[in-house]
Amino acid sequence: MSRPVRLTAQAVLRIALHGLCALPAVVLVVEGLSGGLGANPIEALIRGLGDWGLRFLVMALAVTPVRRLARLPTLARYRRMLGLWAFAYVLLHVSAYVVLDQFFDWAAIGNDIVKHKFITVGMAAVTLLIPLAATSTSAMIRRLGGKRWRTLHRLVYVAGPLAAIHYIWMVKADIRQPVVYLLIVLLLLGCRVAFLAQERIERN
Amino acid sequence: MLIGRPRDIPSSEITSRTAYLSRRQWLAGAGALVLAGGPAARARASGLGPIAKSTFSVDEKPTSLEDITHYNNFYEFGTDKDQPARNAPGLLKTRPWTVRVDGECHHPGTIDIDDLVRTSAWEERIYRHRCVEAWSMVIPWVGVPLAAVLSRFEPTGNAKFVAFETLSDDKQMPGERSLGMFPWPYREGLRIDEAMHPLALLAVGLYGDVLPAQNGAPIRLVVPWKYGFKGIKSIVAIRFVTEQPPTFWNMLAPGEYGFYSNVNPGVDHPRWTQAKERRIGEFLRRPTLPFNGYADQVANLYSGMDLKVYF
Repeated sequence: MSRPVRLTAQAVLRIALHGLCALPAVVLVVEGLSGGLGANPIEALIRGLGDWGLRFLVMALAVTPVRRLARLPTLARYRRMLGLWAFAYVLLHVSAYVVLDQFFDWAAIGNDIVKHKFITVGMAAVTLLIPLAATSTSAMIRRLGGKRWRTLHRLVYVAGPLAAIHYIWMVKADIRQPVVYLLIVLLLLGCRVAFLAQERIERN
Repeated sequence: MLIGRPRDIPSSEITSRTAYLSRRQWLAGAGALVLAGGPAARARASGLGPIAKSTFSVDEKPTSLEDITHYNNFYEFGTDKDQPARNAPGLLKTRPWTVRVDGECHHPGTIDIDDLVRTSAWEERIYRHRCVEAWSMVIPWVGVPLAAVLSRFEPTGNAKFVAFETLSDDKQMPGERSLGMFPWPYREGLRIDEAMHPLALLAVGLYGDVLPAQNGAPIRLVVPWKYGFKGIKSIVAIRFVTEQPPTFWNMLAPGEYGFYSNVNPGVDHPRWTQAKERRIGEFLRRPTLPFNGYADQVANLYSGMDLKVYF
């Protein structure tokens, strides 16, 4: 009797969490349509989506350290959700840049990628996230095998810092906030390295 | 969808917080009225006296007052574009206000802003405004040619450059406190022939009314053929000097911001391509013009100079 009830509660929780994850995008769109994004709504939208992409990336990276340090194994099931939401925001961020900011001016976009280093590293970060999102399904994990899947997903160790550097290089002068993001990303990745080292010691 | 912004004020917050701005808010709400309706009446109310039209004005649709006054780079009041509008009106004390003028001139002295307002022949100059961040506006300034003011002090033959300084007061300017590592005060400079050019303007108003604090009240520089950051705000000192003076952004990042900073679609900034710009209120980016469209008037100032070197 208790089993189906528990599953339902969990399903409800998942739906609620998805709703929560979608909320920033909904707020940005509503603000954009109502004039709430100020004089340069395209810039505000792109920055807002980028901020949330980075925030979700940080949250996804935080799942494993928090799960291990707080001994909350059930958290693991939310890692994929947060990772995919991070990718969704990053994709919206890039799409807004391509469609709203540049309006498909591929020459200008190409020039941006080649000449402006914050765009270069940003595009690199997005590119690295694509195979991770594409292999996020359980079927893909099975197909690749756990070991290969984990190796592939270590790309996030590169994409995370690149995303933070993209933010630092975008900012004109006051880089304190983006630097904080970079430090958090590095701290979370450092935790993972520490866990790996610990496991290796325990195994030997 | 994102560009079709309503003309009326979406934010009731600012009105309630700074009640004295309500008249200006009403003007913004009136939209087209701001341009079409009675500049003389507004001029009387502002104390600026009659405001003459100028042949230097461009025939382009001015950006809304709301956007001009809520999308500002004025780091002394915060680095976000909406922070100057929230912080400056309540914090910046614009009276009494004097501008010290000294250096290589025969009659150093001070300008009292009220004297200047009373004694100057004000003009409306509708200028293009191009920010180095690749956005632009069209702004109806109220000002007087910089040359007319500088001439009163009779610069000597040694005056090769003019240096400008913004007020520096961390009690009034929270941005100076939070950005303590920056080389305050904000400084700018022009070559003397640039300063004496008829397009260079000392502005005390916009849209026929006195300058809002966030736009650089009570007096600021407008140099329409240069990137916006050359238009130093809330000026307290002007000095005639023999050498090229240090300037704020150039001190921070010499590879990104040159002393001249003439609008130039051919020279990219490391962060932004300068070939195109987003006119605030428009969707598609438009091409950026050499010298921001003022090449006919100013290009001769730079004949023989490699503008890729002197960017």
